[in-house]
Amino acid sequence: MKTRSIYLAALVIAAIGLAIFLVKLDRLGLPLTPNQETAVWTIEARARFEAKGGPLKARLEIPAAPLGFEILDEDFISSNYGVTTESDGLRRTSIWTVRRAKGKQSVYYRTSVVENDEPKQHTDAFPGFPERPEREEAFDSAVEALLDKVRNESADIVSFTGALIRRINNLEGDGAVGLLNDGHVTASRRALQIVDILASARIPARVVWGIHLEDEVRDAPLAPYVEVHNQSVWLPFDPLTGEKGYPDRFFMWYVGSQPLLDLEGAKNGEVRFAVARTLREMVDVAAQRARKGDSMWFDASVFALPIQTQNVYRVLLTVPLGAFLVVLLRGFVGIKTFGTFMPVLIALAFRETELWVGITLFVTIVTLGLWIRFLLERLQLLLVPRLAAVLTIVVLLMLVISVVSFHMGMDTGISVALFPMVILAMTIERMSLVWEETGGRDAITQGAGSLLVASLCYLVVSNEYLGHLVYVFPELLLLVLAASILAGRYTGYRLMEFWRFRSVWLGRDGDAS
Amino acid sequence: MTTSERPGAPEPPKRRRRFRWPGTVLREAGILGMNERNASFIRAENPRRLFPLVDDKAKTKDLAAKAGIAFPELYGLIRSDAEARNFPKIVEGKQKFVVKPAHGSGGNGIVVIRSVRNGRYFRANGTFLDEQGMEHHLSNILSGMYSLGGRPDQVLIERCVEFDPIFDEVTFQGVPDIRTIVYRGYPVAAMVRLPTRRSDGKANLHQGAVGSGVDLKTGVTTHAILAGKPVTHHPDTGHVLTGIQIPGWRDLLVLAAHCHDVIPLGYLGVDIVLDRDFGPLVLELNARPGLAIQMANGRGLRPLLERIRALPRVPTTAQQRAAFAMGEWSGPSADPPPVDGEAPRANAPAA
Repeated sequence: MKTRSIYLAALVIAAIGLAIFLVKLDRLGLPLTPNQETAVWTIEARARFEAKGGPLKARLEIPAAPLGFEILDEDFISSNYGVTTESDGLRRTSIWTVRRAKGKQSVYYRTSVVENDEPKQHTDAFPGFPERPEREEAFDSAVEALLDKVRNESADIVSFTGALIRRINNLEGDGAVGLLNDGHVTASRRALQIVDILASARIPARVVWGIHLEDEVRDAPLAPYVEVHNQSVWLPFDPLTGEKGYPDRFFMWYVGSQPLLDLEGAKNGEVRFAVARTLREMVDVAAQRARKGDSMWFDASVFALPIQTQNVYRVLLTVPLGAFLVVLLRGFVGIKTFGTFMPVLIALAFRETELWVGITLFVTIVTLGLWIRFLLERLQLLLVPRLAAVLTIVVLLMLVISVVSFHMGMDTGISVALFPMVILAMTIERMSLVWEETGGRDAITQGAGSLLVASLCYLVVSNEYLGHLVYVFPELLLLVLAASILAGRYTGYRLMEFWRFRSVWLGRDGDAS
Repeated sequence: MTTSERPGAPEPPKRRRRFRWPGTVLREAGILGMNERNASFIRAENPRRLFPLVDDKAKTKDLAAKAGIAFPELYGLIRSDAEARNFPKIVEGKQKFVVKPAHGSGGNGIVVIRSVRNGRYFRANGTFLDEQGMEHHLSNILSGMYSLGGRPDQVLIERCVEFDPIFDEVTFQGVPDIRTIVYRGYPVAAMVRLPTRRSDGKANLHQGAVGSGVDLKTGVTTHAILAGKPVTHHPDTGHVLTGIQIPGWRDLLVLAAHCHDVIPLGYLGVDIVLDRDFGPLVLELNARPGLAIQMANGRGLRPLLERIRALPRVPTTAQQRAAFAMGEWSGPSADPPPVDGEAPRANAPAA
């Protein structure tokens, strides 16, 4: 059956469009509505040190694959250093080297990241049981005593670690184990100490260093967290409170007990972190992210094009929507217009001028043009020269309107220049023909119909949400295509035909009139 | 059967009745809508390659002449501006003639000249064109002013039909004609199109002519509409529009049905004028006839179209199909399968 294959074709086309749309929505995190912004964090690490004068090598730990964040962009900034990076998947190190350097030196690492909803839990493999560290006699017995107490209070690795952290932070005056707490220990010392003590209990643990992201922070501290492995995943603990898990907006910088900055041929190293938050369009962020991951979805999309071309498509991609509206208004409603898709083109022109100004300009130019066209009729010109004459007059009218509106201080009048003058000239010509042949009423009815359809088209093509949707998800136009195919098989009545054939359905009592 | 199917028969007028969706009412009344006409009849039954034959009146005339279909006599054909200089020679000695574009539609661009005096061409509506005005008009036609898409056109100069006085009382100037819709060769509806002052002598309903439905069985006018509304009297002459018996109705239907044999468009509009001396003459054919004929007849086209669609596709003659329209024949039977060549049928297929 022919009809069935058309339904099938429409269904397949619509399904393809919808599938691409859903995949893109899921994979690329593209927003469904325009102007949706997302926070982009820019974190800058500045390493300063004093060069001793000879060859210099500075190793800075940098983020490898920070959980819960995605790196959009990164820069390595230094004056005349060579930069390389080393990575083992979990850790990454940036190495700056220079043959000779003297005095104060600065190198920068800057990265832009966005949050994602990845769980903040390391899942790398079990590292094996650690060796028991060697300690002085006194410390060793203090550790053992502490571990004994903790062991009594706990059931598994998680509760063990929690209990240990709570105890070690509340040891004041607790006899022998008080040795382990000198009162004013820093979080980083504490974290390293906990890892060390856990090693005595043969529990694999490590320190994860990171930054609590906050806007406009010039000197963000590097906060340590202790991770213990429970034979399946790494579980994070706050080394001072024993609280489990990472807080929101905790950006992991590096993993391990090694120092952040390791210098050869320099001294007095110091690293400072500055954090800033900026809001950026989600579309741009998604574009940047995908470009970095060279996603084939992006290569095949509008975003792979140069900006100017993209802007052209921003407009062009809305044209099918306008055309579909014309399909509905002509085929289902039955509004008469000059030319099939001329209203869409007029609607595109309205984009430049705003609707009311556009309508005013359109009516003004067409009215004046028609009047002059009737004057020209007396000269009995041939068709093509007459069209050229009308076109010339339209251009001059547009110039006059622009100049006048400019002097009146209205800048919208200037955008009239983008009005499609050929369309205006054709409108005038066709309208005058209809006027002559079937009278002014028909001409004005059709002109008004064109204007009405153009205005409705304008509402569609200038709609921010629709424009955004088809620009970001052009595959949605396949749905429009499917709908057009279905509309092409519509053989029912047009709404206007209810009026035309009204004597039939209103009953025939009105016949006598 | 056609008369009995009129939807608007003696239904008692009930003022307050339940609202019914207009589409349902129209469908039940068998009204053909524009979308359905385009998709199911024009697109499905009218092959595009045949369109040029009806859109170009010069070609139509040529084909029709070969098939023996009566057309108004062609005085001359102007194909270019150079040939336009021959115009005075073509109309030399002729007082009445019609100038029309070969690709015109809706009667646009047609000028009827009733007399020529002192180089002035007097039109049917009382105005006149001087030599220069006529030249301008010819040139407008040639440059495509009245053709679809503005393509260069040709000018036909034909005999002005001396129309039968039967419609004199209900015509305000211009030429009344009879539009018949012929579906697969069977006439399915007809109406007389009567010019008014408003239509400027043109027999086009859209331009304000009166359309009066004709009973296919009898050839008598039944209803009439003007600008979409029912009327009983001609707006200019004031005469009653219904009850006019069209002379030679059967011949007219045969002529209309015969056009399908020449140009096999499934859904065809045939415009016929009644000439005082020559009888029915085909004025032009239309591959996209309008829907107003349903209003003029007070009945929808669809029931008859569907009945004809269900008929077996076997050769028939124009006479048979006209008889079908007049309710005298029920159409070819599917039982004896159509036989080949020298079929022993009552009527051999028309050429």
